[in-house]
Amino acid sequence: MSQRLFTPLGAILALVIIAAFLMPSPAAGQTVKSGTNALNVAPAPSAEAKPWVVGKTPDGQPDLQGYWSNNTITPLQRPNGVTKAFYTKEEFLEAATKQAERDGEEATPGTVEDVHYDHTQFGLDRTQATLTPDLRTSMIIDPENGKLPPMTPEGQKRAADRAAEKRKQGAQYDQAQNLSTTTRCIYMNAGPPMLPVAYNHTYQIVQSPGYVMILIEELHEVRIIPLDRRPHAPQNVRSWLGDSRGHWEGNTLVIETTNFNDKVAFQGSSQDVKVTERLTRTGDETIHYEFTVEDPHTWTQPWKAEMPFIKATGPIFEHACNEGNYSMSNMLAGARREEKRAAEAAAKKGNQ
Amino acid sequence: MQNRYRNMIARFAGMGVLIAVILTPAPYHAQTQAQPAQPYRAPRTKDGKPDLNGIWQAVNSANWNIEGHGAAPGPFWQLGAEFSVPPGLGIVEGGPIPYKPEALEKKKENFADRMNRDPEIKCYLPGVPRAMYMPYPFQIIMSPQYIMMAFEYAGALRTVYMNHQDAPADSWMGWSNGHWEGETLVVDTTDFNDLSWFDRSGNFHSDALHVVERLTAVDKDHLNYEATIDDPKIFTRPWKISMPLYRIVEQNAQIIEYKCVEFSEDVLYGKLRKVPIK
Repeated sequence: MSQRLFTPLGAILALVIIAAFLMPSPAAGQTVKSGTNALNVAPAPSAEAKPWVVGKTPDGQPDLQGYWSNNTITPLQRPNGVTKAFYTKEEFLEAATKQAERDGEEATPGTVEDVHYDHTQFGLDRTQATLTPDLRTSMIIDPENGKLPPMTPEGQKRAADRAAEKRKQGAQYDQAQNLSTTTRCIYMNAGPPMLPVAYNHTYQIVQSPGYVMILIEELHEVRIIPLDRRPHAPQNVRSWLGDSRGHWEGNTLVIETTNFNDKVAFQGSSQDVKVTERLTRTGDETIHYEFTVEDPHTWTQPWKAEMPFIKATGPIFEHACNEGNYSMSNMLAGARREEKRAAEAAAKKGNQ
Repeated sequence: MQNRYRNMIARFAGMGVLIAVILTPAPYHAQTQAQPAQPYRAPRTKDGKPDLNGIWQAVNSANWNIEGHGAAPGPFWQLGAEFSVPPGLGIVEGGPIPYKPEALEKKKENFADRMNRDPEIKCYLPGVPRAMYMPYPFQIIMSPQYIMMAFEYAGALRTVYMNHQDAPADSWMGWSNGHWEGETLVVDTTDFNDLSWFDRSGNFHSDALHVVERLTAVDKDHLNYEATIDDPKIFTRPWKISMPLYRIVEQNAQIIEYKCVEFSEDVLYGKLRKVPIK
C-alpha cells in the first residue's frame, strides 16, 4: 500500500531533484534529502576540482575505507538503439525518469499482479538510495559498442547445456533448487565483479596491515583480500565469490580473482573465468571502479566495464536473508496448493 | 690490622648475602628469574593498540555442548562414528548454567526436538558467543574505528564499533561496541534476537541477552577469551565462559567461503517439493 502511495510521488520528486542536478550552479547535484523517500543523485565530480590527494591508512595503504554505494541506473550492456557512450545531462534525466517509472510500475491495484515487495519497509531500492551521477549509457566500455563480445562456440554450447540441465530439473516452483540464487539467499551479484543489485547496494571497506576487507551488505558477503602476493588457493578450492588476491599499483588497488565454482556462470562464463578489478579513490566521495573479465572458454575477447562507487551512509545492516526467507516457503506452498486445486477440479470434472 | 678486620667483615657480609639468597624460599627465586607476574604485552598496531589481527580458532567441543560432556552417538545410526559427539570438559565456569526452572525445561525440550529447532541445521547465523567457538576459523581485521570479525561458518560477521554507536535494530549477531582496557579488548554486545543457541544441546537465551567479552593476547599465538553472559529472563544470575583462542599459524592460511544455505534447503523446504525427497 505504501509502495503505491510512494511511487508517483517518488517519480515527481525524481524529476525535481534530477532537474536540480542539471543546473550549473555550485549547488547542482547536491544529494537532496526529503521527508519522503526521494530519488537522489550524488553530486557530479567537478572538472575544475583541485587534484585529489588520497589519504593513507595508519600502515600506509591508500585509504579506501568507508561506506560506499554503486546504486545506478546504468545497465551493464548498452540498451538497443543507443549508439553513444555518454548521455547528455538532458538524456540522463529522461532515462532516469523512465527507470523510476518502471521501478514504481504498478499493476491493477488489489490484484495478485500488484503484490510486490514494499521497499519502503525493508530496504532501499534505486528510487530511495542515492544514485551515482554517472552519465554512461552502459558499464561496458570495451568492446566499444557497450555490449558483451560474441560467445565462442564452446561458450554457446555450454549455455545450451546449462539450459537443458535446468529444464530437466522441472518447473520453477517444483523445488527450492529451481529458483534463482537470489531468491534462495545464496548469491546476489556479489561478484566479483561487484554489480548493483535490486536494493541495498551498500559496501564497507576496512583495511588492516596486509589486507583489504570489503563487506557487501547483501547476504553479509565478506571479501578478505590478502595483499602479500601469495599464490592463489589450489584450483580445486572453488567458491561462489572465488579466490581474490590484491596488490597496489600506485594508488590503485588491483584485485585478481579466480577459482569460481561452475554455478556462478557470470553472464554465461565458465568456472575458469578471471576477473581483475581496479579500485582508485578519485575524491572524498568517489571510488573509480573498473573490471576486466577474461574467459577464452566463453568470449572471443576479454571485456571491460567501469562505474563509480559513491560515498554512502552507514551502518551496514545485518542482511539475514536465509533466516527470514518466508517468500520461499510461501511460493512453494502456493504452487502445491495450486496443483491440489487443479487436481481436485479435474477430478470433479471427471465425476460429472 | 684494621685492613684485615675490614676484609673479614666484608667477607662475612658477603657470606651473609649468599646465605640469605640460599635461604630464600624457592618460589621467590622462580619469580625473580622468570618474572611470570609480568603480563604479556602484545605488539602494537600503528595507532598503538594491541594487535589482535590474525586468524583464530577455538580448539574444544563447546559447539556440541558448552557444559562438560562425555562422548555420545550422533543423530543418525547410519553415520556410525562419523558425526558422533566428541567429549569435552566444557567452557562454563563454576558449575551448571544457572537456568530458571522453566528455562531449564525449555532447554531440555530444545535438545529433544533439536532436529527441528537447532538453528545450525538450517544454516542460520550463529549468534554470540557461539560464533567464537564453532569449530571453524575466524579472522580479526582491525582498523582504528572498526574491528571486524569474519567467520568461516555461514559467512557470519561481527562489526565491533570502537566509537560507540547505538544499535539500529535487533539482529542475530547482536550489536557490538568495543573499547580497550590496557591489553584487553572489551566487547559489549546487546540487541540480539531470541533465535540463536549457544550450542547443539539446546542451550539458549532470550532477546534480553547481554554479552561482555574480554580478549587478551597471552602470547603471540594465543588469546585468552572470556565472556560474561547475562539474560535475566532466562538465568538466575550472570555466568561466565572462558577458553583460549589459537592462532592459525599455517603459512597463507585464509578464511574460505563456507556458504551452507544450499545444504539446508531440503531441511527447510523439502516438504514443499513437488516430488517429495527420498
